[in-house]
Amino acid sequence: MENLIALLIAAPLLGAAVLLVGGRRLDRVGHWVGTLLSATSFVFGLILFVDLLGKNAEHRTLIKHLFTWVPVAGFQADVTFRLDQLSMTFVLLITGVGSLIHLYSVGYMEHDERRRRFFGYLNLFLAAMLLLVLADNYLLLYVGWEGVGLASYLLIGFWQHKPSAATAAKKAFLVNRVGDMGLSIAIMLMFTTFGGFAFGPVLSHATEASEGKLTAIGLMLLLAACGKSAQVPLQSWLGDAMEGPTPVSALIHAATMVTAGVYLIVRSGAIFNAAPDAQLAVTVVGAVTLLFGAIVGCAKDDIKKALAGSTMSQIGYMVLAAGLGPIGYVFAIMHLVTHGFFKAGLFLGAGSVMHGMNDEVDMRKYGGLRTYMPVTFITFGLGYLAIIGFPGLSGFFSKDKIIEAAFAKGGTEGWILGGAALLGAAITAFYMTRVMLMTFFGEKRWQPDENGNEPHPHESPRVMTIPMIVLAVGSVFGGAFFSIGDRFLHWLEPVTGHSEGHSPVGAWTVTGATMVCLLIGVGIAWAQYGRKPVPAVAPRGSLLTRAARRDLLQDDFNHVVLVRGGEHLTRSLVYVDHTLVDGVVNGTAAGFGGLSGRLRRLQNGFARSYAVSMFGGAALLVAATLLMRAV
Amino acid sequence: MNPVNYLYLAALLFTIGATGVLIRRNAIVVFMCIELMLNACNLAFVTFSRMHGNLDGQIIAFFTMVVAAAEVVVGLAIIVSLFRTRHSASVDDASLMKL
Amino acid sequence: MSAQLAAYTTSTGEAFQFWVLGTVAVIGALCTVFMKKAVHSALCLAGTMIVLAVFYLANGAYFLGIVQIVVYTGAIMMLFLFVVMLVGVTAADSLKETIKGQRWLALLCGVGFGVLLLVGIGNASLKEFTGTGRANANGNVEGLASLIFTKYVFAFEITGALLITAAVGAMVLTHRERTERAKTQRELSEQRVREGTHVPPLPAPGVYARHNAVDIAGLLPDGTPSELTVNKTLRERGQIRDVSAEALGELRALEQRSEERLERTEIEPATFKRPEEASK
Repeated sequence: MENLIALLIAAPLLGAAVLLVGGRRLDRVGHWVGTLLSATSFVFGLILFVDLLGKNAEHRTLIKHLFTWVPVAGFQADVTFRLDQLSMTFVLLITGVGSLIHLYSVGYMEHDERRRRFFGYLNLFLAAMLLLVLADNYLLLYVGWEGVGLASYLLIGFWQHKPSAATAAKKAFLVNRVGDMGLSIAIMLMFTTFGGFAFGPVLSHATEASEGKLTAIGLMLLLAACGKSAQVPLQSWLGDAMEGPTPVSALIHAATMVTAGVYLIVRSGAIFNAAPDAQLAVTVVGAVTLLFGAIVGCAKDDIKKALAGSTMSQIGYMVLAAGLGPIGYVFAIMHLVTHGFFKAGLFLGAGSVMHGMNDEVDMRKYGGLRTYMPVTFITFGLGYLAIIGFPGLSGFFSKDKIIEAAFAKGGTEGWILGGAALLGAAITAFYMTRVMLMTFFGEKRWQPDENGNEPHPHESPRVMTIPMIVLAVGSVFGGAFFSIGDRFLHWLEPVTGHSEGHSPVGAWTVTGATMVCLLIGVGIAWAQYGRKPVPAVAPRGSLLTRAARRDLLQDDFNHVVLVRGGEHLTRSLVYVDHTLVDGVVNGTAAGFGGLSGRLRRLQNGFARSYAVSMFGGAALLVAATLLMRAV
Repeated sequence: MNPVNYLYLAALLFTIGATGVLIRRNAIVVFMCIELMLNACNLAFVTFSRMHGNLDGQIIAFFTMVVAAAEVVVGLAIIVSLFRTRHSASVDDASLMKL
Repeated sequence: MSAQLAAYTTSTGEAFQFWVLGTVAVIGALCTVFMKKAVHSALCLAGTMIVLAVFYLANGAYFLGIVQIVVYTGAIMMLFLFVVMLVGVTAADSLKETIKGQRWLALLCGVGFGVLLLVGIGNASLKEFTGTGRANANGNVEGLASLIFTKYVFAFEITGALLITAAVGAMVLTHRERTERAKTQRELSEQRVREGTHVPPLPAPGVYARHNAVDIAGLLPDGTPSELTVNKTLRERGQIRDVSAEALGELRALEQRSEERLERTEIEPATFKRPEEASK
């Protein structure tokens, strides 16, 4: 059974290799090869899942040692896979949602002549992501981490003929490098602290290390998570990453890859548990990001960017939950899974809308699409209800638990975090309702483009709608399925650990407050976008709106602080180099040159001059000898 | 008279020879000055021999003479070939390496 | 004599000899340095060496004294003279210094060094003189020989090797390798005819000049000296003696005497008249 774990990764890896190396002759079947191998991986995952279910909760960990990667004394790095409940959850999410999105892409990318390459990249991403979640040590995890970064870069810049896409890919890659640096430093710290980086030894001995070191490791891991999961302050790349094809946004930049940071924090829970300061930093980052993303999402007219802000915000929830410690780990992962369903569904819906609207992304040019594309409307609508936390749908269960856990943190922190989470819920309801209303309700606002082509909104082909329907079903029932009887809690508890928080407010009070927030958000959105017609051109808006449209000035901040600062630093270094270093070097050289020029005159080529030196030297020697004798 | 005067004479001759080496340009005269220095040394050796009452100093002087003879032979050969190529016996003319 | 040598002070005779000959030696050395012509320097040096030979003898080094005269003054100095002749016996050096500061530096070093040496000797306590009396008891040459062939035999052998090497080296240095076959007399004459330059043998020096020294150019019928008659080496060195003016003067006197004898007047041909400036 353990061998299946390796096959799980091998299938998409084989797909990537075949599709990328195979060349043009695979153009006609490439997309089906990719989808099939992705589905194969999903089937393997299901088999393993069934196998795990058949075992006791304590024995649900499979270890597969493939080979020793770095066999150096004192530095053992193995290619070993660990399949436990946490990995299993991710495997099913990745391969399941991944397969659906592969299927969707078959339709979405139909007219793209580089479709085979696209599927190759998707498979490469799946393999890397599976490697990330299945690795049994941080070094192997790092390989997968970099692998998904590479795949993300390739897929964001898939339409490389667009300068904006190429730039966005570069931006994502560069910002991710900062986070990767954090992860590599964390791994080095682990090596010096624990003498290794396998999960087992590191996590079981975590409490033995000093708290300072653990805090350092935790902060570095948080930096890594921030980079990959687009958390403040490394969030700036996610919005631009929407330049990639929509399935990519759905799979990588909503459902799976961006949640790798959450996985990392939950997986390293033992370290964070022993480092409260790092944990606090995690919650702060999560809380700030969930508000940041939500505010950005409110102001965006680009449907994908609005959803990207939402993704950022929802991952903020997960990070917040992960930072709460054992009371939050399970809910972070639960929200991650449900979010994987509904956000993937929302993105696929958005893609379907764009597909029908000649790739128009501006929501102000949509309007009244519900009659033109009913399946998209219904699935998107179910995803919408799920994300705002409509009672009974999956988002309701997972988000509610996180808000509850935030309050249960206790003390002032608990109130602040809980308040932030509640506020986030209200804003979520607002911006999602806004998206919904602007896209599917109201009057149609689309116009012919400059070439006179009027868009003809139409429902997408079945190959695209089926994945949307499946994901919509998941968004509706996932939360309830997980929560009833605490199934998910019991499933994950052996890995992450769990403790019930003691909330200062009752569970039902929190739920009620959430509902009130939800209603307020929806109501404001309705008042603004439902009752009145939506202007086709965006109004100037308040200062906050304009700032939010510019992603709350994140790029300006980066530009002013990092780019300008870097430029000034470089310039001053160049100045120092030119004046000080070169001055010393050139001065020394000139000094020696001048000295040599003077000394050269002694070398005049006349033997008699040399003889004088010799004779003078001999005289000095005699003098020295006499002097020594006299003394 | 104290025989140490011979040593003073030797020192004087040696110095005169050395100064001659430094200020004369004619290679042959330079050579002669070197011979003068060698002879001054020989005189010192002979005097030392007398001072110590053994013949070792004289032996050294003898060897000096032999070596001086060999040196003169080679040195004069060099001067001759130098004169042939440069039509001059001036040591200053053989200064190809001056700046 | 051995008793005198063993004493701390020498005999009055030797002191007298030292002061007289020592003065000569120093003057000779100074002349060696400051004479303009190399040949004069060589002669002064020879004189100094002979004085030194006398001093060797006075110091009981009989063998060395003789060797000094025979080998040094006799052989080596003659070698010097040969080379001086080869280079040009009359060529005088200019004693003007060309390297800036060289003379002053040299004098400074020389005086400084000399003073240091003299001070060093003065400081050394050289009061006791054993003398060579006992060492020379079996004869100076025998004493030296017994040392050379026992204690210093290796040094002796090595100096032998050095001498041979020096001799071979001198040969190699002065020997000129021919790069092409030497031309025969026939070839040379053919070349002269072909080029049309001076087909007959070169004129001998001294003809019409009433001299037969090699450095005196023969005179042409009009009284001017012909450089062709002088050896090429001397020509290059500029060592031609011009005697045309005296020769013309003597000729004129001869003609006058013959005229007086023959009682003839004014038959001097114009061709024998020579412009005054040509006689220079």
